[in-house]
Amino acid sequence: MANNSSAESWQRATVLPSERGSSRLVTDDLLEQLGIFGWSQEDIFAIHLAAEEALVNAAMHGNRFDPAKQVHVECQVSNDLVRLVVTDEGEGFDSANVPDCTLAERLESPNGRGVMLMRSFMTRVEYNPKGNSVILEKKRETAQP
Amino acid sequence: MATHRRIDVSKTGDVSVVKFLDRKILDEAAIQELGSELFGLVEIDNRKAILLDFDGVEFLSSAALGKLITFDRKLKTAKGRLKMCGISPGILEVFQVTKLNKVFDIRTDLAEALAAF
Repeated sequence: MANNSSAESWQRATVLPSERGSSRLVTDDLLEQLGIFGWSQEDIFAIHLAAEEALVNAAMHGNRFDPAKQVHVECQVSNDLVRLVVTDEGEGFDSANVPDCTLAERLESPNGRGVMLMRSFMTRVEYNPKGNSVILEKKRETAQP
Repeated sequence: MATHRRIDVSKTGDVSVVKFLDRKILDEAAIQELGSELFGLVEIDNRKAILLDFDGVEFLSSAALGKLITFDRKLKTAKGRLKMCGISPGILEVFQVTKLNKVFDIRTDLAEALAAF
């Protein structure tokens, strides 16, 4: 774990085990920092949701909860931008081929909404070509007090 | 009647009103437990009219959505009725983005939801 913080931004690099519930090792501090930097409750909800989905996907679908594999997380929080990079050690996937969960035939499927939620609630969601690393960004849209 | 750790169940007339005991529904183990407790309302208790009251719930993940969908299916299969109320603006947006607001019968508050059964 590495922290590199200043008055302008907070940065942290963390390595998580591929275990259920490990996302909290990142999200607890992330949520605290979002509050410190004055992000709105609406934005905090969106970032929390996207982070949770990305971290769970990495441990569950990417690393398949393999104890030999880890999830690498980089967080950056400032007044106007939040950036997360979540990388797993799995084989990756083609994010363009994730089925649209809002289609009538998939609407009642219990799975497959994580990527869509990330895309809906963040400003930018971009996977690397291999599909085992995702960049999540949220730009502050509301005026600062 | 089963003991619950994730939900509180009461009766208003014929309707079972279910409140969630967690403010944040995201922990994988807790979601599994929540699913088992909800499914038990249909499969063990044989309840037919169920209202999920989200008052106080601040956050839920897509894994929790999956349990709600499966719960709704089980209840429909048993010819029961499910309604939801008290959903926060953030969670309501999650339902709208995923179009699950078209799958679930979502009402504004407890009184409106109870009247709709």
